[in-house]
Amino acid sequence: MNVIDPILRKAQARIPMDLQIRGVHLFHKVRHAVLPDSRPPVFSEHPIPDVADVALADIDVSNPFLYRQGKWREYFARLREEAPVHYQPESAFGPFWSVTRYEDILTVDKDHERFSAEPFIVLGDPPVGLSIEMFIAMDPPRHDLQRQAVQGVVAPKNLKEMEGLIRQRVQDVLDHLPTDRPFDWVEQVSIELTARMLATLLDFPYDQRHKLVYWSDLAAGGPDTTGGPLDLDEFFQGIIDMAQHLSAHWHDKAARRSAGEAPGYDLISLMQSHDSTRDLIDRPMEFLGNLALLIVGGNDTTRNSMSGGVLALNRFPDQFAKLKADQTLIPNMVSEIIRWQTPLAYMRRIATCDTMLGGQFIRKGDKLVMWYASGNRDERQFENADDFIIDRPNARNHMSFGFGVHRCMGNRLAELQLRILWEELLARFDDISVLEEPGIVQSNFVRGYSRMMVKLTQKSAT
Amino acid sequence: MSRIIFISHDGECHEAAISDGKSLMQIATSHGVPGIDGDCGGVCACGTCHVILDPLWFDRVGPSAIDEEQMLGMTPERQTTSRLACQVTVSADMDGMTVRLPEFQM
Repeated sequence: MNVIDPILRKAQARIPMDLQIRGVHLFHKVRHAVLPDSRPPVFSEHPIPDVADVALADIDVSNPFLYRQGKWREYFARLREEAPVHYQPESAFGPFWSVTRYEDILTVDKDHERFSAEPFIVLGDPPVGLSIEMFIAMDPPRHDLQRQAVQGVVAPKNLKEMEGLIRQRVQDVLDHLPTDRPFDWVEQVSIELTARMLATLLDFPYDQRHKLVYWSDLAAGGPDTTGGPLDLDEFFQGIIDMAQHLSAHWHDKAARRSAGEAPGYDLISLMQSHDSTRDLIDRPMEFLGNLALLIVGGNDTTRNSMSGGVLALNRFPDQFAKLKADQTLIPNMVSEIIRWQTPLAYMRRIATCDTMLGGQFIRKGDKLVMWYASGNRDERQFENADDFIIDRPNARNHMSFGFGVHRCMGNRLAELQLRILWEELLARFDDISVLEEPGIVQSNFVRGYSRMMVKLTQKSAT
Repeated sequence: MSRIIFISHDGECHEAAISDGKSLMQIATSHGVPGIDGDCGGVCACGTCHVILDPLWFDRVGPSAIDEEQMLGMTPERQTTSRLACQVTVSADMDGMTVRLPEFQM
C-alpha cells in the first residue's frame, strides 16, 4: 500500500476530478453487470410490524422506513429497555451494534481513541473506489487541523457579523409567502433559507444555490450508505456535476485572489488561506468529502429543524400558546426543537480494540451506531422525553450536535438561524397550521421532511 | 462565606458562593451566572463552559488533562490560561478568585 499510495495521490492530483469519478462509475457498471451480488441494495417499502411482534434479536433499526412509518419510537424504546447495546448481525449494511441510551452514547462519543470515526460516519460504506474523505470521519490529529481551517466561518464572532444578513433574508422569504392559500413549507421556507445560507458560506454563485441543495441530498441519499432511494447512475452523475462546479469555483476564487481581490470570509477563502487545506484541490477525494460534509452539515440539519419546529408546535398546540404568550422562550425552544427533531439520527464508530460497553463485549473492528435520535428520547435523561416542551429545563443537553471532538461545528449558526426564523414568524403570523401528514424521506440517517403543506394566518392588527 | 467572582466579556461581575467539591461550572450555572452553557452536563464533552483564569490562580488550580486540552483546542477564543469550568473543582481556599468569561461559548 505504501508504494502505491504516493503514486495514486499523484495520479489523483493530475487527472481531472470528474474523469476520475467517471472512471469509478464505469468500474461499478461493469462490476454490477459481471457480479450481480455487488449491486447496491434496493429498498422497497413494506409495513413494519409492531415491535412487540418481533424477537429482540431480529430488531433491525437500520431499516430506512422506520422513521417514515412512525415506528422508530417503539423500536428504540424497547432497545433502550431490553438491550441498550444491541447487536444486529445481518442488516443490509452488515453487522452493527446499536447504542441507544443517552449515557452510553456519551461514553462512546467522548472516547475517540477507543471508538474511531474513520473511515465513514454513516451505516454503509461509500461505493468502492470513491473513498471520499472528510474531517468528521478522521481521528485527531488530522481531524483537528482540517477542522481548525474552516471552523472560523461559523464561529460565533463571525456570526455576529452575519446576523443582520440572515434576518434580512428571513424577512424577505417570509414577506413573500402566500397567506390566502396552502403551500409547501419545506420547499418555500426550509429549503429556500438553507440554500441562501449555504451559498453565502461558500461564496457560491447565488443564482445556482439550488444546486448545493441537490448535491447535498445526493451525498446523503445513497442506498448503500443510508438506505436512500437514489439510483447509482443518478448518484454518480450528480457527484460528477458537483466535482466540476466546485473545482471550477475553487479555481475561480484562487484566480480572483491572485488578481488582487481581497479574500472573503467564506469557507473556500479560509481553506485557501490555511496551511493544512491550501492544496486541498490536489487531493480530490478529500476536497469532495470536506465540501460535501459542509454542504450536508448546513443543509439537511437546519432545513429539517425548520420544518420540525412547525410540526412540533402543531402536535403540541399548548406549547404554541405558551410561546405566543412569552417570546423570551424562543432560545430554549430552539434547543428543544433540535432535541425533538434530531435531524441526523446517528453517527457511526469503529472499535479500535476489544472492549466492554453496557455489559456487552465489543470486538476490535466492530461497527457501532450511536443513535442520537434514541438518546434524545431517553427517559433517564429527559422527563416525558417524547413530549415537546419549549421550556424544558435541560433542553440544551440534547445530543443532536454530538459530543467530543466531532461536536457539530455549526451549532451556533443553526441556533441563530432558527431563533431568527421564529422571531420573525411570530412578528407576522398568528398561526401556521399543518394541513396533512408531512412527507418523510427514505433514510436511516436523515430525519427529514420532503413536503409539509401549511396555511398561514396573518397576525391580526392590534 | 467564600465566593468566586465571574467577570463577563463586557465587564459585568457575578458572584457565586463556593460549595466544596462542586465544579466551577456547577456553581456558576446554579447561581445563574450568564455566559456559561455546560451543554454536556459537565463531562468535558462540549466545550461550552470555557473560562479564562487569572494567571496567578491558573498555576494554583493546576493544568488541564488531555481530553480537556482536546476540547479547548477547538475554541477559537482560547487563551493561555483557559480552562473548562466543569473540570475545575472548587474549594474554600479559592475564595476571591476571579474568572473571566469569553465573548462566546463555542
